[in-house]
Amino acid sequence: MDFATVLQILDSTVRLATPLLLACLAGLFSERAGIFDIGLEGKMLASAFFSAAVAAVTGSVWLGLGAGIAASLVMAAIHGAASISFRGNQLISGVAINFLAAGLTVVIAQTWFSQGGRTPSLIGAARFEPITLPLAETLQPVPILGPIYHELISGHTLPVYLAFALVPVSWWVLYHTRFGLRLRAVGESPEALDTAGVSVVATRYAAVAICGVLCGIAGAYLATALQAGFVKDMTAGRGFIALAALIFAKWRPWQALGATLLFGFLQAIALRYQNIDLGGVVVPVQVMDALPYVLTVVILAGFVGRAIPPRAGGEPYVKER
Amino acid sequence: MAGAAGGQRVPAIELRGISKAFGPVQANRDISLTVMPGTIHGIVGENGAGKSTLMSILYGFYKADAGEIRIGGQPNQISDSQAAIRAGIGMVFQHFKLVEPFSVLENVILGVEDGRLLRPSLARARGALKRLAEDYELHVDPDARIEDLGVGMKQRVEILKALYRQADILILDEPTGVLTPAEADHLFRILENLKSQGKTIILITHKLREIMAITDTVSVMRRGQMVATLETAQTSPGELAELMVGRKVLLHMDKKPAAPGRTVLAVENLRVTDIDGVERLRGVSLSVRAGEILGIAGVAGNGQSQLLGVLGGTLRGSGTVRIEGREIDLAARDAGQSRRAAGIAHVPEDRQREGLVMEFLAWENMIFGYHHDPACQRNRALMDNAAIRAMTAERMARFDVRPPDPDLPARSFSGGNQQKIVLAREIERNPALLIVGQPTRGVDIGAIEFIHQRLIALRDAGAAILLVSVELDEILSLSDRIAVMFDGRIMGERRPEETDEKDLGLMMAGMRGKAA
Repeated sequence: MDFATVLQILDSTVRLATPLLLACLAGLFSERAGIFDIGLEGKMLASAFFSAAVAAVTGSVWLGLGAGIAASLVMAAIHGAASISFRGNQLISGVAINFLAAGLTVVIAQTWFSQGGRTPSLIGAARFEPITLPLAETLQPVPILGPIYHELISGHTLPVYLAFALVPVSWWVLYHTRFGLRLRAVGESPEALDTAGVSVVATRYAAVAICGVLCGIAGAYLATALQAGFVKDMTAGRGFIALAALIFAKWRPWQALGATLLFGFLQAIALRYQNIDLGGVVVPVQVMDALPYVLTVVILAGFVGRAIPPRAGGEPYVKER
Repeated sequence: MAGAAGGQRVPAIELRGISKAFGPVQANRDISLTVMPGTIHGIVGENGAGKSTLMSILYGFYKADAGEIRIGGQPNQISDSQAAIRAGIGMVFQHFKLVEPFSVLENVILGVEDGRLLRPSLARARGALKRLAEDYELHVDPDARIEDLGVGMKQRVEILKALYRQADILILDEPTGVLTPAEADHLFRILENLKSQGKTIILITHKLREIMAITDTVSVMRRGQMVATLETAQTSPGELAELMVGRKVLLHMDKKPAAPGRTVLAVENLRVTDIDGVERLRGVSLSVRAGEILGIAGVAGNGQSQLLGVLGGTLRGSGTVRIEGREIDLAARDAGQSRRAAGIAHVPEDRQREGLVMEFLAWENMIFGYHHDPACQRNRALMDNAAIRAMTAERMARFDVRPPDPDLPARSFSGGNQQKIVLAREIERNPALLIVGQPTRGVDIGAIEFIHQRLIALRDAGAAILLVSVELDEILSLSDRIAVMFDGRIMGERRPEETDEKDLGLMMAGMRGKAA
């Protein structure tokens, strides 16, 4: 394996890790506030469709992104209302959102575009274009570092840079601001926050809204940057892998970066080596495609150690009598 | 009005005609209360008397249906906790409202941060805690995580939280329930100290001894009403108990001296390791004879639960346990059944989790663990529900369970009546050995008296009883011998007449106590 191949795989890792990272951070904000969210998948899917649809119609990726975020926020609002205001079961609400998104996107796509549940392919300004960082071309001849900068660091789309920048931002917000303190508190002990005179409901809605925005960006990235348009079920379980990464990361931002890069790397490997010939035995492509998911299970079952979720997670807050 | 009184001080708290209903339940009925600044005011009452509801109204957790609240002479709606905090009211709840993985500092500033960023708030709180620690003997490591602190320390953090919020009025709800006697003494010193600095303190407790020891005035609540407010110096525990229950109550059990017979339970070198690999029982040996009560005293979490668990069959351990000379297989698969077959009856510590199925009806609960009993069976396949119902009704009458209706779910009974159901189930088996955990936790004074009488009666009938309780009063009044547990070991054994709270308290804190 030569240096160029390694760079390509890593480059692909970064691109594939981006939606996972955004969704993982989205889940992190929600679950740290005590709202479990298995509806990351559905929110991303809704956003993927609406961003692609609006971008296709208007030709503007920015309007697409806005529509995607809005769609995801609507889903988040449903989950928030069900689990915060109506104190429903958060898992059931999340499952409902996944079903809702999976069905609605295809039906609406068929009605609007009549292309078998797809949106038209996006071209030009309807997609996020790669950004060439300053001096990338100039520095390319520099050995080792030149190609790394040119191939790996430069040349990604805006959401990729945004996702990576959100890691330190999330860390800072969670651990250095009043909002972060309250958000973490409401996930651990809502009654402590309530007796301190801070609204549990408002804090949790804020967290769920952040989750909606981040899932929206993740979905828009899938449809308008990683690929050129929406296809049925295009999230392909990324929401669930992001949840797995979240547990693997023990609900912490920097660890979330590491975990999603690992899962992104597994996907990149599967994408690159579709058929591996092991001296006569050919490993079929399906095995390679399944590998990230299999490893997800293995990692979660065996390597996480003791992951302690936020203590009030999944529990609606009811004032005791 | 207060101004017109001229020279007379304005009350710190004045409640007038407070009423609050939850659906059909009238939790507070036309309550009036006046507390003067710089005093310690006690509020006593049985469970469900409405003490906590009243304090929650004062802290803005609930809104009163009717009535007026005045803080420092000013009418104040107290619409939420934030308003209560602004009015200078701080509350130390019975179940601490702390964020476990947070540091002490983070807990202290939560909700009263100085700005959007934490750093300046944390720095200011650090300085403030240092001053408070010096002023009030409230020393806590500001950087410690709450989950690493003991209950006494957690309580200090709660008090610090209130003081950091500039509370002038401090409400403490059952503050000593989880403390060792030494910790409780320290708490009372802190409270005296706060009082001398002009703070007003409201102490909610069911321990009349504490009321007598520390309060200046005391109010008694019964069934949602304020039945009396008295000067503590002018009253007695007997009078307060009578006011609480509405009839005469025996505060001390009259019991005959024990007549211990053969050894029923013999435990040697019992060890239990929990799921985290921590050894919770470190070689416990003890014995209980027929016709005597062995009381196990200790602060919660020193291995008493594990002792009950192994003897009751819910935990596995190593060592030997003999019942009337026959060794019990500690690794048996049907541990619960084999224990019962050997003559052990178990009244678990947590009746709601281990003793009852809360959604099941009283008669269904009455046969748990004994459903293979021929009396419960019509034939090999069917249970005889009618017979079980009749038996339950009869037992409920004998154990004064109210209401005596076998068809009500367990959850609809009060704590004391739930406990009576469990006791009826276990005692009616005439066990050779009864193991009881916290028999009167969360139980009304009237029911406590009844439960204690039943236990004594069972002892007099020749059963051996192992009693685990964190209530020293209960241990002292019921036990014929007292063993103190600390850190998974028996620290020592005493006879109740040759010991006192101080001596037991030392052993509960891991010291050997006075020479026996």
